[in-house]
Amino acid sequence: MNILGKRYYFFAFSLILIVSGLTLLGINGVPLSIDFTGGSLLELQFENGKTPDTATIVSIYEKSNIDDAQVTATEIGSVIIRSSFLTNEVRDEVLTTLRESSGGDITVVRFDSVGPSIGAQVTQRAAIAIAVASILVVLFIIWSFRKVENAFRYGVCAILAMVHDIAIIFSITGIGAYFFNWQIDSLFLTALLTVIGFSMQDTIVVFDRIRENSNILRRLEYEKLVNHSIVQTLQRSINTQLMTVEFLLLALALFGGVTLQEFAIVLLVGLLSGTYSSIFVAAPILVLWEKREWQTWFGRGASA
Amino acid sequence: MIRNLTNRIILIVVVVALAVWIDLSREIELLNPITDEALFSRNVEPRLGLDLQGGLQVLLEADIPADQTIDPEAMEVARQIVQQRTDALGVNENVIQVAGDRRIVGEFPGLEDTESVLATIQQTGLLEFVDTGDYYPEPGTILVTDYSPTGEPVEVAEGETIYHTIMTGAEVDSVVVGQDTLNSNYVINFALKSNGAKIFGDHTTANTGKYLAIVLDKQVISAPVINDPIIGGQGTISGNFTLEEANAFAIQLRYGSLPVPLKIVETRIIGPTLGADSLNKSVVAGLIGMIIVVLFMVIYYRLPGIVAVLSILIYAAIAFAVFKWFHFTLTLPGIAGFMLSTGTALDSNILIFERMKEELRNGKTLNQAMDQGWTRAWSSIRDSNLAAIITSVILFWFGSSFGATIVKGFSLTLALGVIISLFTAVYVTRTLLALFLRTFKPQNYERWFGL
Repeated sequence: MNILGKRYYFFAFSLILIVSGLTLLGINGVPLSIDFTGGSLLELQFENGKTPDTATIVSIYEKSNIDDAQVTATEIGSVIIRSSFLTNEVRDEVLTTLRESSGGDITVVRFDSVGPSIGAQVTQRAAIAIAVASILVVLFIIWSFRKVENAFRYGVCAILAMVHDIAIIFSITGIGAYFFNWQIDSLFLTALLTVIGFSMQDTIVVFDRIRENSNILRRLEYEKLVNHSIVQTLQRSINTQLMTVEFLLLALALFGGVTLQEFAIVLLVGLLSGTYSSIFVAAPILVLWEKREWQTWFGRGASA
Repeated sequence: MIRNLTNRIILIVVVVALAVWIDLSREIELLNPITDEALFSRNVEPRLGLDLQGGLQVLLEADIPADQTIDPEAMEVARQIVQQRTDALGVNENVIQVAGDRRIVGEFPGLEDTESVLATIQQTGLLEFVDTGDYYPEPGTILVTDYSPTGEPVEVAEGETIYHTIMTGAEVDSVVVGQDTLNSNYVINFALKSNGAKIFGDHTTANTGKYLAIVLDKQVISAPVINDPIIGGQGTISGNFTLEEANAFAIQLRYGSLPVPLKIVETRIIGPTLGADSLNKSVVAGLIGMIIVVLFMVIYYRLPGIVAVLSILIYAAIAFAVFKWFHFTLTLPGIAGFMLSTGTALDSNILIFERMKEELRNGKTLNQAMDQGWTRAWSSIRDSNLAAIITSVILFWFGSSFGATIVKGFSLTLALGVIISLFTAVYVTRTLLALFLRTFKPQNYERWFGL
């Protein structure tokens, strides 16, 4: 099986997927939830048949000087109101007015209120934490592959695969945001972390085989060596991926609640990408690097 | 080939038995067989996070310009005060933690009356000196006093005693811990402002020999007897204080109000139905996923598959026991981390089995294949798991220094899961497989290993 020979097709495939999703994100803006932008989300369950219409809710918010309330009805009959940051006093005020005007009891299903500065800081710090973790993992891989030539490349390629998976996740979120009004919230952050962890693990497993084979099959050409290693680990990749992790998640996507579904789908795609990128991105880039193929990209055309 | 198979099996049985014991109990107790006294006991009730059982989470931030540094000790005192105030409301399982250098996270699982907690946290503490006459209130007693900040009369339920507040903490000028010159016990010296000194002087003169309760937020901290009239505004509170107790007491006197002003920067309330819904759905989804995994492993890998399933079950039992033992709170991100590490545990098994099959196909004997499968798969299991542990340590550090509980919960379960999976995949799976092979002595590899 010659996987590496078709490497430019795989690159093109990834590129199309990433570019299309990211373009959607670019055009429509990144759908950040209040977890990152700051603001409030109030989900209310009114007594049967007493749910006020959107205009009423918006005007009640306006009375409390909040003029950017957005109302969405959910599948389970509750109402989600998003607005700028509500202090607890303002929230109580709004709730009291809503109770009076609807004439029935109201249950607060969920209330999130995040100060404007917090979200930005969390995002920034999370990015730093991921960057620090990536650098440490690169160093770890370089150390762990120290007996192989160009150990540095393995570390860099593992991180490139991880960046690829992060890009895929943002891309699928862009598509989801366009078609299903998804938002990037704190659960998204969890999914992202999971994929990053998995992506690194998976790439290392594939690289480990290359490491082992490069000791045994010294005379083999590098591209053939890498290809051989990928084919050898293919069965394990498919089994681990499709049969175990994905099944757990698929169940969550199909049977989980609405809030969990988005999370599960993002995870599903992200983990699939984690396996895909080890085989079709990280390993091919190793070969590309070895052959310095970028020298032929311009002028004489691609040599794939 | 494995030596000491019996020892290995005994170790596994002991570990599993312990884990199952913890998994199934709410409390672990060891009794002294002779006296029947408890030698050791530990509460191991499972703790569910806010997202799974509903509740309130607040993030408090010091209301001080960002470029100003805050004394970590002051933050700790503020944390203690918030803890005491919310404890006094009778809320269960509330956790108040300092996160980073200027934030405090408060979590109140299962809480429904969120308004009173939020109000309590933000109020400034109220220190009162209360005349209780001949009654000695134990520290911790809640007193009804006639002081009200608004000046309105205090409402009292029938049959309840109302005590007179002589003055509030606003009259306290300074507090220091000192030592009694006679018996070198620790004492607390305090000085009052001029107005307070007069009130205090008059009261202590008239009530020598009576009790004077020092009350913070209506809760008695201490109730010393007035030994002598205190005139001139300089007083001493003595008692059998240790240095720590004296310091803690002085802090409460000094900081009846918070040492650092706090503002609420983030509030999350999750209704109990939403929490229960998320919990049920993730449990159902987990079970369905697990059944598919079990079927797949057994059909595809045959005998080793059965062993792997056993090993995963043992893994889950140990992990759950560890979570319960150390009182880790289970949240949705925590479950995600746990799922990822379950995937890792399965992956380790799959790596080993694929390697074994490869060796068998190359014509190795069963024993050789087993040994080679393990040694060769080990380097990839070790390195990939180490990378996962490195990542989760960094994320945990980030999560706890920033009050990002999601990241913290995720990385903790991931790291623990990976460590436990190393033990089960490499030690348990291998031992069980050796045991099974020894028992069944399979000849037909095609049937037993799905070659």
